[in-house]
Amino acid sequence: MDAIWLQTLLLADSTVRLATPLVFCALAGLLSERAGVVNIALEGKMLGGAFAAAAAAAVTGSAWIGLLAACTFACALALLHGFATITHRGEQVVSGVAINIVVAGLGPTLADAWFGQAGRIPLPGSDARFAPIELPGAGGAPAIPVLGPLYAEVVSGHNLLVYLAVAAVPTVAWILAKTRFGLRLRAVGESPEAVDTAGIGVEALRYAALLSAGLLCGLAGAYLSIAQNAGFIRDMTAGKGFLALAALIFGKWRPVPAVLACLLFAFADAAQVRLQGTPLPFVGTVPTQAIQALPYLLTLLLLAGFVGRAVAPRALGRPYVKDR
Amino acid sequence: MAAPAIELRGISKRFGPVVANDRVDLVVEAGTIHGIVGENGAGKSTLMNILYGYHRADAGAIRIDGVPTRIARPIDAIRAGIGMVHQHFMLVATFTVLENLLLGAEGGPLLAAGAARLRAELARIGREHGLDVDPDARVGDLPVGLQQRVEILKALCRGARVLILDEPTGVLTPQEADELFRILAALRAQGRTVLLVTHKLREIMAVTDRVSVMRGGRMVAHRRTAETSREELAELMVGRKIQLRPDKRPVRPGRPVLTVRDLEVADDRGVRRVKGVSFEVRAGEIVGIAGVAGNGQSELLEAIAGIRSADRGEILIAGRPVRGASNARPRGVGHVPEDRLRMGLVGHLPASENAILGYHRRRDYVAHGLLRRGRIVDTCAGWLERYDIRPRAPLMPALAFSGGNQQKLVVARELEHDPELILAGQPTRGVDIGAIEFIHGRLLAMRDAGKAVLLVSVELDEILALSDRVLVMFDGRIVGELAAEEADERRIGLLMAGIAAEAA
Repeated sequence: MDAIWLQTLLLADSTVRLATPLVFCALAGLLSERAGVVNIALEGKMLGGAFAAAAAAAVTGSAWIGLLAACTFACALALLHGFATITHRGEQVVSGVAINIVVAGLGPTLADAWFGQAGRIPLPGSDARFAPIELPGAGGAPAIPVLGPLYAEVVSGHNLLVYLAVAAVPTVAWILAKTRFGLRLRAVGESPEAVDTAGIGVEALRYAALLSAGLLCGLAGAYLSIAQNAGFIRDMTAGKGFLALAALIFGKWRPVPAVLACLLFAFADAAQVRLQGTPLPFVGTVPTQAIQALPYLLTLLLLAGFVGRAVAPRALGRPYVKDR
Repeated sequence: MAAPAIELRGISKRFGPVVANDRVDLVVEAGTIHGIVGENGAGKSTLMNILYGYHRADAGAIRIDGVPTRIARPIDAIRAGIGMVHQHFMLVATFTVLENLLLGAEGGPLLAAGAARLRAELARIGREHGLDVDPDARVGDLPVGLQQRVEILKALCRGARVLILDEPTGVLTPQEADELFRILAALRAQGRTVLLVTHKLREIMAVTDRVSVMRGGRMVAHRRTAETSREELAELMVGRKIQLRPDKRPVRPGRPVLTVRDLEVADDRGVRRVKGVSFEVRAGEIVGIAGVAGNGQSELLEAIAGIRSADRGEILIAGRPVRGASNARPRGVGHVPEDRLRMGLVGHLPASENAILGYHRRRDYVAHGLLRRGRIVDTCAGWLERYDIRPRAPLMPALAFSGGNQQKLVVARELEHDPELILAGQPTRGVDIGAIEFIHGRLLAMRDAGKAVLLVSVELDEILALSDRVLVMFDGRIVGELAAEEADERRIGLLMAGIAAEAA
């Protein structure tokens, strides 16, 4: 009994770890897409953040400076995206894909030039990373039956960014629902002309949305390279940005359902790791590749069958042009 | 004398090569309802959008209450006490009424306080003007009449003393329009100023104190409404004498072309909208179906055109039943649908391709399974010329034409393929006077050439001007039939309102 409970808790624990970057990115996608800008560049902005975090942390030895660098670089990419899509009314998907491609190449190239480690950036010491935080009482908690191990294994022992992601969910939901910025952001994604004629600038509003999205992508990237892992490697985001985008659509552009979708994907990923090499009843050992494909298969199935009609923000993907 | 509420001097605006406003002057006295008429494309909306700061004038000056005012953005206009109800509503459909009112008037970084204040304000305005709207209703779920009310409330909540309405009645039923005019009169009584942009002369005569006429981007005349007439205004708008009522030759009906028997039709939600309708349309006559919008006319028309299936009853064309649009068209049914953008045209396709939609399998247009492009473009160019559709650009996307020109394109397509039966649904909705005169002339010419025409319109003027027989629909049934001689506004109006035929 206890062994099964412990296994479940370990699975839950790794689900939380794997969900963190997805949650940041899904919230980032939410902010920009509810404002009407398709953000297929989540992947590139997160990867850029991971690279900048590792580079800055490796040079300065400070995780905090790494975090700052990640957010700055991801925001710079968001500004670039905005310049193309908002100021010049460019195609949002095409410019987003361009950002993904540029960052995928730029990161390893610069890493190679600066650190000479074949495109990798290893971190020098433990100060350059965000360490796990032991919550009060976690040490003695396992003694308490059932809930004790839950507290010690799942709730406690994560790094700062995990807790930041947990806090970001209600924060973003609150901003969208209860603040002036949130109201305007939702409006500009549905009907930019209504925003314009209400005397509010459409462009500034969309820039603000993209920048807040950039900030969250930076957090996601920093988590990957200086919290979950110790350093930057080529393509370390491995499609998580796209997965977050799928979660966003699956969650119908709403914060809580989108985050639940992130948890589902993360759970599939965590289960996949545990299932590798484990013989299954009746089937025997399934090839690793087939198991690794599980989260993506799940995505396909969910998006194809169970989403129902996902109604996107009405002005999504449409640059704002005044009509005559 | 007090300074005028609005004074525009020498306003000019170009869009690329197009001069939308050419040195326009306008003076609007405070506390009046001032009408601005003109055909589509005369520059009325552009002028109002400049006053509201949505577009920026290339030249000219604006005075509000005698004070020179720079209006570069909508926020400047809002601060100067100007509110505008646009032709296409500027509302967020997924928001509640309250959220729409809050947008741009939040009163602080958090919404709660502003929302409470607006809710109280809304209740107060509702009491004062009889403008009741449920603040928590989703705007997209409201009928257009109420959506327009939300737009007016939006302006009033921001303290607008001048209210601009751009073509406000285009989407309204006659009842909703009357209700709107009652509201406008109440606003005037409070000392507010109303600018009413329209091309419907009936409305100008009914509610305005003064009227200004625009043509081709210029202001051509200013009149006191009491001292002018529909005929004079029509002539000023178009720049030539215009016939508001076409001449008609005596009717000589032939054999029945369309026979409808005991027809029952349901709408998309399964609600029965046509409840046992029978009638005939003969060759060489125009039968008009009058009625307030939403009494089953749309469903009836769609069923006859074959794009909506009937639950019961028969539709015979030249004595044989029809099944579906693909079956009706080759048998000579031309259909000018009620909603040209949704059903009549494919917006992004060029005019030339739109001009043959549905007839694209004809020998004239296809050779060896391929479209004969040159021929199609030439045919379309000919129609653009004959129907005076501007610009004469057969390769321009249908969307880029103005509403009246789009409508003429649909009419050209449906009349030029030699139909035996013409189904005309609101053939002049949103179309200016010159084009109305033309489309009416074409429909009468078809009738005189021995074609059968079924006209569905919510415009009584149109029904009276064209029909040889008038059928009035109410609640899915035909509640009265009148010959042209005995049909008049009062009789039809009573039938439309559902008051029994005997009483009429």
